Amino acid sequence: MEVTARALWTLVHGMGFGALYLLACSGALVELYRFLTSSTYTPGQERFLKVYLITMVVLAWGAVLTGAYVIYPWYRAAPPSGTVDLSLFPQRLLMSNPATKGWHSLGMEWKEHVAWFAPISITMAAVVFIRYGRDLGNHKQLRAAVLGFVAASFLAAAIAGFFGAMIDKYAPVQGGNNLHIMQGEK
Amino acid sequence: MTTETREVSHDTPALPNGSGAAAILSAGIGSFALAILAIAADKSAAIKSMLVFYKPTGPLSGETTGAILIWIVTWVVLDLLWSKKAIALTRTNRIAFVLMILSFLLTFPPIADLF
Repeated sequence: MEVTARALWTLVHGMGFGALYLLACSGALVELYRFLTSSTYTPGQERFLKVYLITMVVLAWGAVLTGAYVIYPWYRAAPPSGTVDLSLFPQRLLMSNPATKGWHSLGMEWKEHVAWFAPISITMAAVVFIRYGRDLGNHKQLRAAVLGFVAASFLAAAIAGFFGAMIDKYAPVQGGNNLHIMQGEK
Repeated sequence: MTTETREVSHDTPALPNGSGAAAILSAGIGSFALAILAIAADKSAAIKSMLVFYKPTGPLSGETTGAILIWIVTWVVLDLLWSKKAIALTRTNRIAFVLMILSFLLTFPPIADLF
């Protein structure tokens, strides 16, 4: 069982950071709403939610930074002139076929920008929650805005995740060293 | 083992809302700045090449770095101005959400291509 170095980075970006972030989003929305509207709480619950939001901030920034600075350069690399096999040049591979062109011209073009709204929104939500803590429950409009921005970050991450998965299906980022994971049965 | 549970009143904020308002509005401004920089880079070759901060990533590196700088600077300035004040949040929230919705729309290629 082998995986290329570039495919492994794609896994770290998409499954490690992106998918975990998406999973965490729904939990954050429910937990923030419950926490901010209930009249009793324990300091442990507040501490847990702060750590949970900080973890989400790390996941969101991890996803966009690995995406933009590790994987995207491989994705958009220009092939040497005369290259016939475009499998190592995903953007050009998608653009070479009218049936897949849209995955770049709409999917990647939107994904590469919209994804950044997730870390911006969740960083804001985490900082506001850490600063106000339980007192946020007393600021109805502040609370609504924080929940709204967490929902916006969920939407941004979902759009980026959907297009990322589809683009990787039609033109996966390949190449680099082969990493041997384990030996299958003979 | 005992777990401390606190009852909290829901009517007397201990902190003014200014800091939160600064964070919310600057998040909207930062996102909108990214959408504007992306459109600008798409429409102007000069701006596009100016935004190439890291060649392998292309203009996306400058668009995102620029937007993050605008977001952070706006946040720091607004926080300095508002942190001890009570702000009219209805208006601030409305502006922040409109900016966020516009950011989603303006980064959507079929809409961005209209400019």
